[in-house]
Amino acid sequence: MSWLTNYVKPKLQKVLKSKDTPDNLWHKCKSCGQMIFHKEFVANLYVCAHCETHDRMPPAERFSSLFDNDNYDLLDMPKVKQDPLKFRDSKKYPDRLKIARNTTGDEDAIKAAVGKIGGQECVVAVQNFFFMGGSMGMAVGEGIIAAARHAHKMNLPFVMFTASGGARMQEGILSLMQMPRTTVALQMLRDAGLPYIVVLTDPTSGGVSASYAMLGDIQIAEPGAMIAFSGPRVIEQTIREKLPEGFQRSEYLYDHGMVDMVTHRHDLKDRLASVLSLSMAGAYRRKAAV
Amino acid sequence: MDWQYMMTFLEFEKPIAELEGKIRELRSFSPGSGKGEVDITAEVSQLEGKLSKLLKDTYADLSPKQKMQVARHPERPHFSDIANHLFEDFVPLAGDRAFGEDEAIIGGMARFRGEACVVMGHEKGSDTQSRIKHNFGMARPEGYRKAIRLMEMADRFGLPILTMVDTPGAYPGVGAEERGQAEAIARSTDTCLNLRVPLVCTIVGEGGSGGAVAIAAGNKVLMMEHAIYSVISPEGCASILWRTNEKAEEAANALKITAQDLMKLKVIDGIVEEPLGGAHRDPERAMNMLGDQIEQSLREMAGMGPDKLRELRREKFLAIGEIGL
Repeated sequence: MSWLTNYVKPKLQKVLKSKDTPDNLWHKCKSCGQMIFHKEFVANLYVCAHCETHDRMPPAERFSSLFDNDNYDLLDMPKVKQDPLKFRDSKKYPDRLKIARNTTGDEDAIKAAVGKIGGQECVVAVQNFFFMGGSMGMAVGEGIIAAARHAHKMNLPFVMFTASGGARMQEGILSLMQMPRTTVALQMLRDAGLPYIVVLTDPTSGGVSASYAMLGDIQIAEPGAMIAFSGPRVIEQTIREKLPEGFQRSEYLYDHGMVDMVTHRHDLKDRLASVLSLSMAGAYRRKAAV
Repeated sequence: MDWQYMMTFLEFEKPIAELEGKIRELRSFSPGSGKGEVDITAEVSQLEGKLSKLLKDTYADLSPKQKMQVARHPERPHFSDIANHLFEDFVPLAGDRAFGEDEAIIGGMARFRGEACVVMGHEKGSDTQSRIKHNFGMARPEGYRKAIRLMEMADRFGLPILTMVDTPGAYPGVGAEERGQAEAIARSTDTCLNLRVPLVCTIVGEGGSGGAVAIAAGNKVLMMEHAIYSVISPEGCASILWRTNEKAEEAANALKITAQDLMKLKVIDGIVEEPLGGAHRDPERAMNMLGDQIEQSLREMAGMGPDKLRELRREKFLAIGEIGL
């Protein structure tokens, strides 16, 4: 940080900061450290071309990578009460929200859309890790409920992409209550015989993993994703031991019977297309039989 | 030994402890013990009046941090006490039929004021040995899978289910993760919400995060007056958001963890009053008051059909946060 950043007012900084090269011209892989041309990185679906590390992916790119011909309609996400507890730590919660909204351009940590994947219409919801760590508060909970309700109403399968550190502490008990609330929404789909498919992405932990992230009819994980209830740091503090290599990663969960498959992002669309089409076949047959 | 000698006093209870000590001392000069006899009854009763006022004032206005201490008080009635005192014919049932028996959650069939039911809850233990045996009330996946098994059984048998929540949280360990802690909790919450029998859940001490919710998604969710219920322990929250454990008090204030706050937020359905000075001061009476309120809750659901019970429970949870904020 230069003297300029300390001295000049934030609003002026913005003007002064305009650089010739954009910040994101290059991407440095967080795993192998190789530099990748950012455009190529995005075109490769945020997967490192050198080591295949799957980096975190924002919702818009996710939708584009899945829906046929990049064709989809965003669902309106319900408005929720802002800062219900008037929470304040080192920062005020509304200030944290404002920053997250400015950096992501989104209202909160979830987006949902309807479109076709391999010809099968479906509802897809995506959590955005770049919005306050994808944390689950009332907005995320309501978003999932709204998406599930839409799937239920339209008789469609529901695909949920999880990415979250867990419950949003700044909403206290109200964030915890999203665990049972989202579960109720999924039960609605289950009662109607509609498939609920979970794609676990990096990271999925805490109250999110202990609710809708683990209740899928079919559980898919992206390679190398951290999937846990208690984060590794908490466990290390409790048992005071180093954790084994690969602990709480997708492949570990696969070995322990917690997910059906670990699927490379490049194969995900095709895999989802098969799963969606197969799992919906019965519903259509049932409908035709009546 | 007098129970008061053995009692654990919390830091904010110091003036209370001093006063109680003084009363005890005065009483030990038993009347008729010698010549220099003085009438101490008047003074004792005066001090007792002072004590009861002090207890009332202290306990009427506990801060969230103090509630946290009361909720974790070692002499607070625990599940085993409640099972013994409020239930007859308790038949404990063990094991998840898949991996093992987890004594952090105890449960079984029993009779509650004459009515057959399934009862379960976290048990923290009351001395070093039993605390280790019950893993301080921190359940592993086996515990939640046993809870699922018992709830599903009660559902088939048409028995109401009563749960007592008292846990710092689900156990954070390698084995627990390996065997699917997250899935077990998710499935247990799922089971609660799918039941077609009455489910009354009471946070009797500590309601720690997902490990509490897993057996607390009921038709009626009650909290004891000085119990706490939180998305994360104030210590954990402080270490993440303030980057130091020392800010636990601020975190406890900010998180809104008391029964009174949760009632205001319409997250719980009722508060079970505790005897003056907290449940640990008169456990028997505290448990009776708990029993009365559970009975009342069950009575409110009498005559409701299985589908109605499930529907109302689900609607209640969907309404949280949509009303009353």
